[in-house]
Amino acid sequence: MADDLKKIAQERQKWQQGVECGDSSRFQTLSGVPVDILYTPVDIADSDHLRDLGLPGQYPFTRGVRNNMYRGRQWTMREFSGFGTAKDTNGRYKFLLAHGETGLSVAFDFPTLYGRDSDETISRGEVGKCGVAISSLADMETLFDGIPMEDVSTSMTINGPASVVWAFYIAAAEKQGVPSEKLRGTIQNDILKEYIAQKSWLFPPEPSMRVITDIMAYAAKHVPKWNTISISGYHIREAGSTAAQELAFTLKDGLTYVEAGIKAGLDVDTFAPRLSYFFNSHLDFFEEVAKFRAARRIWAREMKETFKAKKSESWLLRFHTQTAGCSLTAQQPENNIVRTAFQALAAVLGGTQSLHTNSMDETWALPTEKAVLIALRTQQLIAEETGVVNTIDPLGGSYFVEALTNELEKQAYDYFRKIDALGGMVKAIEHGFPQREIADAAYRYQKLVEQGKRTVVGVNKHVLEGEKLEIPLLRIDPTVEQEQHQRLADLRKQRDDAKVKKCLADLKAACAGKENVMYPILEAVRAYATLGEICGTMKEVFGSYEEPPMF
Amino acid sequence: MGKKLRVLVAKPGLDGHDRGAKVVARALRDAGFEVIYTGLHQTPEMIAEAALQEDVDVVGLSVLSGAHMTLFPETMRLLKEKGAADILVFGGGIIPREDMEELYKQGCGRLFGPGTPTADIVTYLKEKFPDRI
Repeated sequence: MADDLKKIAQERQKWQQGVECGDSSRFQTLSGVPVDILYTPVDIADSDHLRDLGLPGQYPFTRGVRNNMYRGRQWTMREFSGFGTAKDTNGRYKFLLAHGETGLSVAFDFPTLYGRDSDETISRGEVGKCGVAISSLADMETLFDGIPMEDVSTSMTINGPASVVWAFYIAAAEKQGVPSEKLRGTIQNDILKEYIAQKSWLFPPEPSMRVITDIMAYAAKHVPKWNTISISGYHIREAGSTAAQELAFTLKDGLTYVEAGIKAGLDVDTFAPRLSYFFNSHLDFFEEVAKFRAARRIWAREMKETFKAKKSESWLLRFHTQTAGCSLTAQQPENNIVRTAFQALAAVLGGTQSLHTNSMDETWALPTEKAVLIALRTQQLIAEETGVVNTIDPLGGSYFVEALTNELEKQAYDYFRKIDALGGMVKAIEHGFPQREIADAAYRYQKLVEQGKRTVVGVNKHVLEGEKLEIPLLRIDPTVEQEQHQRLADLRKQRDDAKVKKCLADLKAACAGKENVMYPILEAVRAYATLGEICGTMKEVFGSYEEPPMF
Repeated sequence: MGKKLRVLVAKPGLDGHDRGAKVVARALRDAGFEVIYTGLHQTPEMIAEAALQEDVDVVGLSVLSGAHMTLFPETMRLLKEKGAADILVFGGGIIPREDMEELYKQGCGRLFGPGTPTADIVTYLKEKFPDRI
């Protein structure tokens, strides 16, 4: 074998002498990894097939987390959506489910993401704009009205107030007669990446980590099918990171949650199987596929070797993918359909378990029904027309993809070492390390685009002069905010205020003590305490977080 | 040539999308302007106050949350109320064209959408303030 490789290396060198390879600085991945003109077995000479790739459904899961992958189960088609009132969004969910969507994904408005009620001063102008407004259990009941919560799996992008919004969901299911043991879904609940990138935090890191371990413990007991954290690289990438930074910071966040769980006294195998991941799928096709494959291998190795997890479910990196919103252009928005299709294909070839495809109009507004339907159809085309689902990890064994997988893994470990040297991820965040790395990468990319070194079709090349926007946009009814104020006023009139007060006092005591906060939160939710009231109570004990501004 | 142009880059409301604001802040600084960045979660009151205290010529608002029709007019109103109507308010974000037109009618400066080269923003400010460096 070694002799074979030597011969290949010699032949390749000879071959290259007659080849005009071009300026090597022009041929890089989107994240700046140099790409060679050709890859051969020599580039993966150090790889050991069974050790580094293995078989699907087997350690280290590089080729996929299930033994039959999409032959056994298609990925879940899950369009992230929410706008206006709970009633408006309920209509959109029914529309999507009727057209073949297989899971729900809730987009909340900014007040909800920050644990604020729709009628607080800070919420003005934001209610129902960037997602759906959910201020109480009553809103959650409306959101799922006529949707059987026993059958559907629901992902909720909620972080700071995840414990409370999850309690809304559990209590709404109770109203439908569905016990929590039967619920399937995900709360994002990834607070570390909030400090790094998405910025919808509530409390400082330490109490946030405590609430997260309470959630993990509660789920292990009462909601066993729930994914308690969706460790997210999506927002890190959207904030401008490279693929390697997304991979490294996200996995390091995940490993930090595992450490916290173990430190809180939980057995790693009780909670690790319920951790899932959420990645971005960006424009550089092969880099993205390599990133997904590297992620699975790193996680499996760390869980098995470093944290000594025994169950194979603890080693599995299952993930949801969203195509890259930041790659879409306001110019010639129909082109975004094509960008999204390539990105979705990369996610599928990377072995995703669940997928959101962006709509073409999202650089202008939240998507119209027509735009989101095309996005959903894009997934259905990949699944049902292209044939890519027939065989597992079809790019596995490509010299290039394997070499790139190794390279991204190496770059991730380089970052792990830097973060460890700073004292771990929480400390690194406090130092602003990942934040600065991302801001630097974002600015570097912007400059490359402006210098014409990176092409963005319709923006710095192939521009349509005097282009007019020809697609219709979704408008959020301006009465939504008023309507939501009225609903909250009615709710506060109708509920038992004494009971709410007692529940909030119990919650405050639990926050100050050691009791799992999920129990008193659920009691408060059942009594129709609002999101703002519950989060406000928790803040009285835990404090608030504010980020020092830097650019 | 006069003194350096002072720009306040601000993130009003609850919106956490700060990639654009930070990239623009850096680009304006690299173009030679004096740039102050407010950080996240500023109310229009806080922004107007900061604009006065920092004695800026321009306020750039970045809004990707859809709340632009509330936050832009409110910031402009407060500046006027504080006797600082001469401070130019401009901005960017996810803003539909007809909303841009409405904000222009209310006296807002240029609004830039996704895909804008930062050089365009620099050029715009230099043209607005030709006597500044």
